[in-house]
Amino acid sequence: MSAAQPLLQVEDLRTHFFTRRGVVKAVDGVSFSVMPGETLGIVGESGSGKTMTSLSLLRLVPQPGGRIVGGKILFDGVDLLQLSEAEMREYRGSKIAMILQDPMASLNPVYTVGEQVAEPLRQHQHLSGKALWDQVTEALRLLRIPSPRERLQNYPHQMSGGMRQRVVGGIAVSCLPKLIIADEPTTALDATIQAQYLAHLKDLQRQTNVAMIFVSHDFGIVGRMCDRVAVMYAGRIVETASVRDLFNNPQHPYTIGLVNSVPRLDRKVERLSSIEGQPPQLLNLPPGCRFAPRCYAVFDRCRVEEPPDFATSDDHAAACWRVAS
Amino acid sequence: MNGTPLLEARDLKKHYPVTQGLALQKIVGWVRAVDGVSFSIHPGETLSLVGESGAGKTTVARAVLLLEALSGGQLLFEGRDVGQFGRAELKEYRSNVQAVFQDPWGSMDPRMRVKSIIAEPLVVNSTMDKQEIKRKVLDLLAQVGLRADQAELYPHEFSGGQRQRIAVARALALNPRLVVLDEPVSALDVSIRAQIMNLLKDIQATHELSYLMIAHNLATVRYMSHAVAIMYLGEIVEYADGDELFENPLHPYTKALISAALPTHPDDITEDIVLPGEMPSPLNPPRGCHFHPRCPAAMDICREVAPEVIHIRGVHQVSCHLYD
Repeated sequence: MSAAQPLLQVEDLRTHFFTRRGVVKAVDGVSFSVMPGETLGIVGESGSGKTMTSLSLLRLVPQPGGRIVGGKILFDGVDLLQLSEAEMREYRGSKIAMILQDPMASLNPVYTVGEQVAEPLRQHQHLSGKALWDQVTEALRLLRIPSPRERLQNYPHQMSGGMRQRVVGGIAVSCLPKLIIADEPTTALDATIQAQYLAHLKDLQRQTNVAMIFVSHDFGIVGRMCDRVAVMYAGRIVETASVRDLFNNPQHPYTIGLVNSVPRLDRKVERLSSIEGQPPQLLNLPPGCRFAPRCYAVFDRCRVEEPPDFATSDDHAAACWRVAS
Repeated sequence: MNGTPLLEARDLKKHYPVTQGLALQKIVGWVRAVDGVSFSIHPGETLSLVGESGAGKTTVARAVLLLEALSGGQLLFEGRDVGQFGRAELKEYRSNVQAVFQDPWGSMDPRMRVKSIIAEPLVVNSTMDKQEIKRKVLDLLAQVGLRADQAELYPHEFSGGQRQRIAVARALALNPRLVVLDEPVSALDVSIRAQIMNLLKDIQATHELSYLMIAHNLATVRYMSHAVAIMYLGEIVEYADGDELFENPLHPYTKALISAALPTHPDDITEDIVLPGEMPSPLNPPRGCHFHPRCPAAMDICREVAPEVIHIRGVHQVSCHLYD
């Protein structure tokens, strides 16, 4: 890593859910960092903890039940977990913004989109009048919404899914945040609309140098959008690498299995290899490595001792005993 | 491909009326959800319908399952016109054509045990007695890779991938010839998708089963399909063998779709074709070629004249003025 300071540094983050049946360790010792202007992908399957990780960054873990029980979230050097609730509100939507999966659920149907894009600007930058509306129009223009001035008067139901998701993007960028967390932002969109949206986000990043965290289960999105990737499995990061390195030289057996189980568009594959079995239940984790029951390269140590991260190069680490030996 | 296709669709049309007024409803327009779609599926093969939401692929699938009455066109099953079928033949057709849906949570009765879910088609449609049904259910469970003791469980006790296995077992119960797969893996996790796709391929090979698959993930389509039809606004704009379509796409929309499909490997990224705009409403489709407002290669003729189907080579066909 260069001398530059990371924008976000997460250390040993633990988010647990306290349920009647026991403690669900949704995020269990996750560490990663994001540099200014960088795009980090967090990939994982449902239940791997990727969404809980991103919600934890904004301290929006579902209540009751969920709690961040340990770790540090350093944003520009400030530990977000030490802030008061009032101080935390200064960060949400202003310095760190979020784009969620379903644009219909993240927009309020009874307010015009203009009102909704204006809200964070009123809240955080105390703008009003012409300055406010110029800024709102600018936010919509950044996401390439055609004729933004006229669109301000529209309600969400008057727009298509792709256009709504652009509005959500417009809300996210309105205060020019330093970090955007996008949780499966294009899952609800059609293929060609998804391509448009991703192109606009890239474009936006070039213009504003905002850092992004892309949470996704889709290697394709990650391959197109991200600089680095963290692969999550059962609440932990099992491998971190640059995108190209991850695809060309995966180290963790889970990552290897994932990369090989995705069909290719550019060539005919006769038979896909698949990872047998299911991810473990977070209430009842196996001892040792969490992937051991499904792993093809498992050996005795894996079943008793949890592997720490092992670096295979400057920018590539995997939590696997096989990598260590 | 030689021989009679298992299922042939000729010029299928499904138009929905748009009405206005409460008591005396007046028809003010038609939504042409499917507007003249033809294809054929051969025994043991998979045809995939690809397109964005609103392209009409689900309507085609519903028409094949006889869940929609056609506004026009014909369905031929083994060369016989389904529209002329009597009661007994229709019942047989319905046994022969089964479906697996996208959402393995919504497609099963949560109060039924797995053994009853899989046995239901047999109870309704076959003359088997209880013992035979029980044996058949266990056989089906084994085929889809589930254990015999899991027959006693309820759907909520299974993961998404396992539920999709149950759905496959239910679809196979009546030994169908054709199974409609509506986004069979898109609700599943990445590591589970390959398991289910391989299962579907294995079952196809052992039973010489045909699939009509609806999918939007092109890599999945390439892996599963023998033939692919690309749909746009109720019409098939390009049709070809699986490999041919991906190696030699002709229609600008197909090219854009393949470009928009996210690379499955970062080295795949070649050219970016980002289409402007969105699919127009089927209520008021554009004149000429329906795709011309978004087409990077649109010419004057495209705005005026709807393109004819042009046969390129083999079964490959395309509806585009570029190839006139």
